Amino acid sequence: MVDADVRLGLSGSDLAIRDKTFHSALTMTPGTLEAVAHRFLDSIAESGLQGTVTDFQDCNGIPSFTVGAAHVESWLKVAKDHCGYDLLSDCFGVDRLAFKAAHRFEVVYSLYSIEKADRVIVRAALQFGEVCPTASAIYPASVWPEREIYDMFGVEFSGHPDLRRILMPDDWVGHPLRKDFPLGGEEVEFSHNVREQEAK
Amino acid sequence: MQSSDVLAERGSTFPAGIEVERHHDPDSGADTMTINMGPSHPSTHGVLRLVLELDGENVVRCTPHIGYLHTGIEKTMENLSYYKALVLTDREDYLSNLCNNLAYSLAVEQLVDVVIPEKSQVLRVLLNELERIASHMLWLGTHALDIGAMSVFFYTWQDRDLILEIKEHMSGVRTKTSWICPGGLRGDMPSGWYERVESFLNQFPKRMEMYEGLLSNNPIWLERTRGVGVLTPQEALDAGLTGPSLRASGVAFDLRKSNPYSGYEQYEFDIAVGQYGDVLDRYRVRMEELRQSYAICRQAMKRALAMPGAPVRTNDRKIAPPPKAELDTSMEALIHHFKLFTEGYHPPVGEALGSVEGPRGEKAYYVISDGSNRPYRVRIKGPSFYNLQALPKMCEGRLVADVVAMIGSIDIVLGDIDR
Repeated sequence: MVDADVRLGLSGSDLAIRDKTFHSALTMTPGTLEAVAHRFLDSIAESGLQGTVTDFQDCNGIPSFTVGAAHVESWLKVAKDHCGYDLLSDCFGVDRLAFKAAHRFEVVYSLYSIEKADRVIVRAALQFGEVCPTASAIYPASVWPEREIYDMFGVEFSGHPDLRRILMPDDWVGHPLRKDFPLGGEEVEFSHNVREQEAK
Repeated sequence: MQSSDVLAERGSTFPAGIEVERHHDPDSGADTMTINMGPSHPSTHGVLRLVLELDGENVVRCTPHIGYLHTGIEKTMENLSYYKALVLTDREDYLSNLCNNLAYSLAVEQLVDVVIPEKSQVLRVLLNELERIASHMLWLGTHALDIGAMSVFFYTWQDRDLILEIKEHMSGVRTKTSWICPGGLRGDMPSGWYERVESFLNQFPKRMEMYEGLLSNNPIWLERTRGVGVLTPQEALDAGLTGPSLRASGVAFDLRKSNPYSGYEQYEFDIAVGQYGDVLDRYRVRMEELRQSYAICRQAMKRALAMPGAPVRTNDRKIAPPPKAELDTSMEALIHHFKLFTEGYHPPVGEALGSVEGPRGEKAYYVISDGSNRPYRVRIKGPSFYNLQALPKMCEGRLVADVVAMIGSIDIVLGDIDR
């Protein structure tokens, strides 16, 4: 207990009289799609990254930029350092198999700015087997979600500190959230078939 | 004396058959051993397995292993129609069912572009705040139980049960109601429901006083929680924390304030923010949140009672079923009912995010539509998944007994983590 108090520069008496602090700020109004997208693109242009975006999408009010795997790291760096997107709200994969798009997988980084209360999405478009650079140096929160994408889609991340399966067992074969992974493809182990199951 | 010397002197301290992995670091001279905490451990709140490397009683390294509750809900939802997939949202984070319903409904409503009636917005807020109280009651009881204050658990369970009875009165189901659905609510509240909520709310402030009396100034409680599991604002943001755990570290972020949904901007409430980011602050922030939820419930009750008989479901028959009485007389109603429950609706191609402030943090559903009657991809953002990432940071260098307090303080639900 003592070491943390020292770390915070507190004495025992400070802790005894903690006051409640409230945040009663007025409700914030996030910027419109155009405003958010333009502000973000301005910073991107300042960093000399214009022309690297391959697609822009309006995800019901959230601007979404698709970039190649080579540029995603620098885009995220601009988002965090210049535009104030300090929270990685979510990071997940999408398998575009049925869309017949030019790419197979997407790694979606959904970013949130606590100060401005707006969101922006940066997504990396990947071919089958293409390696994505990790975002964990910029957003350390992406360590686990990237492990989940590796587990569920088989997308590999270069430079990732701990790339292992996270939800499925270590000896699992296949990547369940791929669109070509069958639903109910696993035979359930019962007492009548436990021998055959174990032999497999 | 080294721990290995003690062991050598006393012989094995473990029963026969139990082997403990031991390491000796020649550089630092530290003797460590690796033990498993969980997956079946009452204080891990489900099936969380922590591999702890211990030097005596101090944690050197903590590695969480998750996935024991993985049921593939995202994959299953991709293979159900939008309306049927709703019931699975109840089953991932099983302690905040109505918040999950709301996040999914918000996403689908954006895709199909439907406007829902005012009364259903008010009732959504009321139900969400009741759910938050129920979830925090369970957290408070189990957190106190983990730290050693047993009686709190019995009292909080009573309060949680009253809310489960409120949900049962409304839907016939105690937890997994699916009462909030795309298009509004499943139905209006039955007679006597508001009186039941009213009687719960009337006794709640007294109960809060009792909980505060049991814990807030209890010296044992303060000793166990003060300065334990400290996270600085930067560490909390880096781990992706949201909800009360992030606010306890001093970051004022609450989606009900910053990105209001379902008309939260019309309610008067404050969000509590901590100063030190330790277990005690996380406790205090949640206790204050309970009071604020109570205040929101009162305001929502007033609004809802002022709208008797108003519709709680959209009139768009492609999205929500027609009233039961119409089925007897109207051919169109019958067709709509049949089409909705067999085929469902086809939102246009697009993507939408439904994000709410759940009891544990930002609960978000990202739904991608390919134009068919099934969602192409549903991503469930579980706040506990990100909150748990901060655990190794918190417990390294701390005592094993504190690990239990830290797990309780980030309020994880394994169904939310593994989905």
